[in-house]
Amino acid sequence: MRTAGDLVARVQLSKKLRINEAKKYVADKLKIGVEELCDPVIMSEVRADLGFGVMMPLGGTPKGLECKFNIARVLDLDINCLNRFKRMAGL
Amino acid sequence: MTKIFTRMGDGSPLEMTEAELRGDIEDGISQAVEKGDVPPLTQEEIEYLVELFKRDDRFVGVPLGKEVILSYDAATLKIKRHALFEDRINALAIYERLLGADTLELCHVDYSYKVLKPIVSYEQATLEQALYNTHAPLFYGAMPNLGLYTQPDGPFPNPMELLPQGRIEEGRAAYDQMVEAAVEDICFIAEAMWESGADAINFDTVGASGDPDFKASLMAVERLRGKYPDLPIMVGMAGEFVLGMHGEMYYDGVRLAGLYPKDQLALAEKAGAAIFGPVVNTNANESTPWNLARTIALIKPCGETASIPIHANMGMGVGAVPVTDYPPVDVVSRASKAMVELCRLDGL
Repeated sequence: MRTAGDLVARVQLSKKLRINEAKKYVADKLKIGVEELCDPVIMSEVRADLGFGVMMPLGGTPKGLECKFNIARVLDLDINCLNRFKRMAGL
Repeated sequence: MTKIFTRMGDGSPLEMTEAELRGDIEDGISQAVEKGDVPPLTQEEIEYLVELFKRDDRFVGVPLGKEVILSYDAATLKIKRHALFEDRINALAIYERLLGADTLELCHVDYSYKVLKPIVSYEQATLEQALYNTHAPLFYGAMPNLGLYTQPDGPFPNPMELLPQGRIEEGRAAYDQMVEAAVEDICFIAEAMWESGADAINFDTVGASGDPDFKASLMAVERLRGKYPDLPIMVGMAGEFVLGMHGEMYYDGVRLAGLYPKDQLALAEKAGAAIFGPVVNTNANESTPWNLARTIALIKPCGETASIPIHANMGMGVGAVPVTDYPPVDVVSRASKAMVELCRLDGL
């Protein structure tokens, strides 16, 4: 969560992509360069802007499950627990 | 003559001359080539390793752009191992928001699929709550651990008692029954955790009980992927070599006994794994350069041929990391850097 490791890991898991392809997928979706994915200063701003969750979340900002909705939408990924949440909440 | 500082496979400090360093690297490679039927490292790769160990930096890292994912097994268990009696949901938050982990894993302290069956609903409730409070991909993980299926702990006769008596067929029959039972248990837990929202399932220390353990894991992966095509499964091995406890177990026409990482990977891919974690065990009686050269030679073919991500196991006692509870960062960082750069890994 300092950078984009959790996002790249999600893509590796859901699409079985090798590291370079997974990084490119995430960078393209975020509209940033691949080299910026591992920069904690740039990524903390990107994460805050997109509501992906940060290491030190302040009051009034997205956290936990709320962030996963943003991650799923921006990265175009299906996240298992979100489907369960919607099912359980009758959404 | 300048001495090069490194360590033995048990972590104890060691000084070597450059000639001794080269000798150990070449011997480690030879061992891998002979045992694992893999190609030797190139002269350029040998020079890379020599230069890596000659550096006097305390800590080394990969160049910009070569960063990989760091996945973690048994995360909540490891918090407890440090005598930190933290609730598991908080432990996962600590992993991602204090330690910066890329992936998380919820697990029970008794880390085997079999023992989870009576408490699965408690594990599901914890997982469901943890998923609300975390951000990184959350695995549920445990070991296939076929060792728990023999009497008196389990229902089947113990092949380790039958085989020395020459009761080979009875021993093998017991293993066949253990495989069948283990597949049921693994799938029962994995299905429950997937239904509760887990991002992925981790099969940890696969093959710890030899070829029956590996076969049960491959069969479980295949069955789960058939039922849940979107369920990602990470298959992390227990050792570099699948022990032939049964000796005549096959998967997809391949005899499992004696397989090294590149052949283990092929079967994990065939079964439907999403991530494969190869292991090479550290020899405490050899130097870190010897262990690292051997590890790279054995795992490099995985990185070159894989169609799925490869997260090599790099921890105490595996991946050339010394066999000590307190692995020194000088050798851990050298091993990690070299593994990523020479083996084309996707994660550690």
